Amino acid sequence: MMDSVSSSSATVADKSVKRMQICRAEYRVIGRFVEQLRPTRQCMKTLQTQFPHLPPSTLLSIFSQEYQKRMKRSMARHHAPDVIKEYYQRYRSEAKTRPAAPLLLELANQVDLSPALLARLIVECFLEERQASVGASRHVLNNMLREPYLIPDLLLAKHVEQCTVNDCCYGPLVDCIKHAIGLEHEDLLRDKLRETHLSFLDENQLRAKGYDKTPDIILEVPIAVDGHIVHWIESKASFGDDHSHHTYLNEQFWSYCNRFGPGLVIYWYGFVSELDCQRDRGILLRDGFPSDIVTLCQGPARGRV
Amino acid sequence: SQTLTHGPTTPAKTPSTSRSVRTQDFSDRRGNKSTPIQTSRSASRVQLFSPAPSVSPVSGRGEGRRRSGGFGGCASGRQTGPRGAVSEEGVRWDGGGRRSRGVGRIEPVSPPTQVQLNFNNLEDFPPVGAAQSPPVATKPSRRINPTPVSAERPNSKPKSCFISTPLSLPASPPAIPESAGAKLTAGSPHSLQEERELLRKERYVWAVIFSLNNIPVSMMMNLICLLSIYVHADVLEKAYLGNVHNCVYFSVRVLENQFELVSHLDKCTLRLLSENERVGTFSSSLKDHLAQAQENCTAKVLPSPPMFVHSVPFQPATDNRSNFSSDRAFHTFKKQRDVFYGFLREWEDSHKEPGWDFEAALGSRVRMMVSQLTAAGSHSHFARLFQKQLIQMCKGPCVLGSSSDAPDADLLGMLGADSLGRLKRLQQRLVQPQGLIGPCPPPSFPGHQEFFKCFLQTASCCQLNQHLKDGLCQQLLKLDEVSILGPDDEKQRFSSVLLTARLLAKFLGFISFLPYQTSELPSRDIQDTAITLRSKSSPVLDVCAVLRSSVHRRRTILTVPWIVEFLSMLDHIGPLLPFYRTALCLLLQIYKRMLLGRGGELCYMNQLLMVAVLGWLFQIPIFPEDLFFSTDLKEEVKELENITSSQGLDTLPLVDQQLLYTCCPYLGEFRKLLAAFVAGSTSKSGGLIRKITPTSAELRGPSTSRSQQKLQVDLEQAFFHNQPPSLRRTVEFVAERVGSNCVKHIKATLVLELVKGGEKTLRDSLGLEGVNTAKLNDSICAQLCDAGMQALETATRFCSENAPGAVRVLLPLETSPSVLTTAESITTRLATEKACSWLSANITSSGQVQKNCTHKVPLGSEVMIEIKEVLSVAVGPRSEEEAYTVHQIESLLYRVGQTLGCRKKTDYLFLIRQLIERGLLGEEEVGTNWPKLSALSWPEVISKTLRFEAGILTNHFLMAFLVCSCRSL
Repeated sequence: MMDSVSSSSATVADKSVKRMQICRAEYRVIGRFVEQLRPTRQCMKTLQTQFPHLPPSTLLSIFSQEYQKRMKRSMARHHAPDVIKEYYQRYRSEAKTRPAAPLLLELANQVDLSPALLARLIVECFLEERQASVGASRHVLNNMLREPYLIPDLLLAKHVEQCTVNDCCYGPLVDCIKHAIGLEHEDLLRDKLRETHLSFLDENQLRAKGYDKTPDIILEVPIAVDGHIVHWIESKASFGDDHSHHTYLNEQFWSYCNRFGPGLVIYWYGFVSELDCQRDRGILLRDGFPSDIVTLCQGPARGRV
Repeated sequence: SQTLTHGPTTPAKTPSTSRSVRTQDFSDRRGNKSTPIQTSRSASRVQLFSPAPSVSPVSGRGEGRRRSGGFGGCASGRQTGPRGAVSEEGVRWDGGGRRSRGVGRIEPVSPPTQVQLNFNNLEDFPPVGAAQSPPVATKPSRRINPTPVSAERPNSKPKSCFISTPLSLPASPPAIPESAGAKLTAGSPHSLQEERELLRKERYVWAVIFSLNNIPVSMMMNLICLLSIYVHADVLEKAYLGNVHNCVYFSVRVLENQFELVSHLDKCTLRLLSENERVGTFSSSLKDHLAQAQENCTAKVLPSPPMFVHSVPFQPATDNRSNFSSDRAFHTFKKQRDVFYGFLREWEDSHKEPGWDFEAALGSRVRMMVSQLTAAGSHSHFARLFQKQLIQMCKGPCVLGSSSDAPDADLLGMLGADSLGRLKRLQQRLVQPQGLIGPCPPPSFPGHQEFFKCFLQTASCCQLNQHLKDGLCQQLLKLDEVSILGPDDEKQRFSSVLLTARLLAKFLGFISFLPYQTSELPSRDIQDTAITLRSKSSPVLDVCAVLRSSVHRRRTILTVPWIVEFLSMLDHIGPLLPFYRTALCLLLQIYKRMLLGRGGELCYMNQLLMVAVLGWLFQIPIFPEDLFFSTDLKEEVKELENITSSQGLDTLPLVDQQLLYTCCPYLGEFRKLLAAFVAGSTSKSGGLIRKITPTSAELRGPSTSRSQQKLQVDLEQAFFHNQPPSLRRTVEFVAERVGSNCVKHIKATLVLELVKGGEKTLRDSLGLEGVNTAKLNDSICAQLCDAGMQALETATRFCSENAPGAVRVLLPLETSPSVLTTAESITTRLATEKACSWLSANITSSGQVQKNCTHKVPLGSEVMIEIKEVLSVAVGPRSEEEAYTVHQIESLLYRVGQTLGCRKKTDYLFLIRQLIERGLLGEEEVGTNWPKLSALSWPEVISKTLRFEAGILTNHFLMAFLVCSCRSL
């Protein structure tokens, strides 16, 4: 059992062994496969069995992004007031008959809604019901989702906890984890830069200087990677698929290019290989810290000291 | 004489005939497939030059600048822009005898086979002017109807951009009957005899003009015409000179007379010319001279590879919040910057697609953007960005002419992508003939300039234009004043300044005259009103003053070329305004006073550039021809020249072939013409054969990157290469000494402390009971690891503090700032490298420790994912086999502790507080055990102090723990 626990958290070292650039055709195959999956640990295992050649973290990232798209598409359907009401009534009536069953999880799976999102809707209804006049404040709601035992109804608390804990795409825990992963990879990037003796300004220093757009890193002296000049580096602890890449391009990467010249984006969990087509326009993609750095003065960068 | 002013007749200069008839004719023969361009190209053998599908500054839709009438308002026989003009010519020439062959094409001119010529043979060299009736039966393919030449020439004549100055034009164009076999001469007002008499005079006079060069005729155009005659001699033979040999003889003689000029053309042209059989046949001495000139010609004119599109860097000093009036203005501009580059990229991607139109595709979005700028009052910021980006992208040489003229790098780009559209374009490029644009193409906006031009046109925003005018004027005047004199790189510096100034001047002219642009020349009445009206307001830039000052200070080589660009943008009325008329007169007088070759070899290229750009200006439609005969300001310029300073840019050899060809891309026409001759000339496809060397995409693709990489690696070597050797020696010496001193310093301070501290820790700890030696070792190693990092940082700091100063003192005071900075940074780097390599060799263990340290410990997120997984099993639902043993949980907790302990990222106190708040950690326990706790590693803290109930971890605890970890990580 321990094995499965540790395998779900692939280390950086594992990732470098496995291939992380996926061609668009293969990505589509994965995309089609995950259409039927739910965001549970069981489904993640199915996914890993199906695509054993890809790192689990890459698969999770791909699934998570596809799943989020799915949820966005169906949001209107689930958020209609009468629909929400119906979900709440169903939960209430079933909670009377079989309180021990994982009721909210089951319901979420039935209607293909993220368990954490469903839990949120239900808690919202619950709060509205209790303090009919006053709308539940966001803050209270978020706290209850984060720490379900703050919910006065202990049975509901248990079911909510089941949802947030079993959902691998949404919920406060996932948010925390994603945030942590993001920070860790930025850290990793900075460590690597220090190791390679590249001086840089990070986001905070840039913001202090009044830059209007700030990549994670701006190199003080540009480097060349694969023959392409790199002035800035952006770390993305996710898989670069078409959708997310295009969003990033418009909101971030082009802006960086427009201000700082060509740069490098590291998708630590890999990317759709066809997306790396803007090299000549100043956006180079990599799935890890480049080992083939050339600097103006010292030729190929030496490894760690 | 009027004849003198306009040089020789070339085929395309012959008078035009009724258009409607011919249009009918051509559509009959071409079918509906052909476009005007194709038609004109297919006929280019005779017409010499296809029209440039260039974008006129006025319409922007590919129409040529119209010149609908001269000063006299006589509209008859006027050509409607280059495209129309040339296709007319082409068809006319194509007509006549050739139609009988049933194809609308002309056979390629194949290089003639070597023949022994007898110069005394009257058949080979018939006397010029002798009316010779060619034996039609023996040479059917050469039969062409002579075209009438007239001595009559109204003062205001029609002019299109190229081939625009007909030698003569009948007051009313002769009607040329289109009926098959009809002799063109039938409608001619002159007899052939008279024409030939004219020609004879003309030829002589022309040669004189050429060498004296004191009449404002575009020298370049004349040369082009000459070469055209030469290349197309067989076509012209009957028309003018009676015989192919006479044509060639004539051309070769003129080339000989103008050898100095010819010898300054590019190597490729010289080679093509010298290898041309006709030259060898007619003048072996010219051939030898050409070969020799080719040897001496070192400069090569290479199309520089397209530069990478660099953006304008964000400079906090000018671009951050404090430079904006409000947050809103700041954020609006942040967005607009990206929107602008978005347009640029979209344009790059799609402007070559057939049917793409700037206005249709981007128009409303551009105006939306500009209106937001207006709302936010950020025009000055945007104008600055616009101007900088313009310089960045367009300063370098642009490839003139159609998109198909792009250098081969473009081809690589095409091969790189597999999009169907691109392949189609490639295919088109392979089958489409190369377009000739003629020696005097209309002003155009090649390459990326088109984007900037279209943007301004589409935005049509007076605020933006005003800010741009301010900025452009300021920078232009600054550039005009700039000091070029420097130690070694004055040529390069001059070239950079000149190219920037020309670009900015063109755009300043474009914006300034944009409000007055009309597609047609306004009627006389409107003209007069406009002149009266516009004479009252002051011009955007005092070009006359700038010009006078440049003559006075001998800086015309810099000033004249950019003023020419500025004035080339004039609207129809502009040249009639007294102010601009004066400016044009000044230029004319400067031109007239400048005699090629009399300033000594030193500045020949300078003069060549001036002659070329001025000749071009005089030839484009906006130039009022009556000025040619004006003697206004003659005395003034003379006087100005007499009182010039003795030293100035004009006396320095600043122009080289590269700069000449960059400023005057139309000089490349010689080469194209000759190349066409070699390639079998006007091929069956109707134009010049474009030679495309097949390349393997695989091989060439990365080579650009590789060369870039090589460039990086070679940069430093190149830096030293062009500096005195003492610089390198100094840098190496200083680096060695500073590096060595740095190591000594670190040894004396940091390392000593480290060793002492480590020893003490070891001694103290070993005395205690139950010490885990492995753990102790770890902690000392961790200390060393930190110290190692610290040492590296210290070393870097030491070197960068000390090396630059040392270099600065040892290098000559006169060293230029950029050289000094580069030398300093290289020295610092070398010194640091030396110090760090010692450190890494001598504190290796720390490196080792660091490595183990970072990799052994699981990442926070990994631990969190594990906890969440355990939780989800614990909370359920779960299957039978999903269960955790206490041992597994403890192991997980151990790793949690490790992570928290090693990374030192956790706010230790925060975590403790959180745990206490949740009742997981007894406050009293923390209180009593605190000294002990703080010394323990995390796993121990957890196992010793947490309130486990019979060893079972509650979900509640893990959940809380996870939340705490998440927050504190």
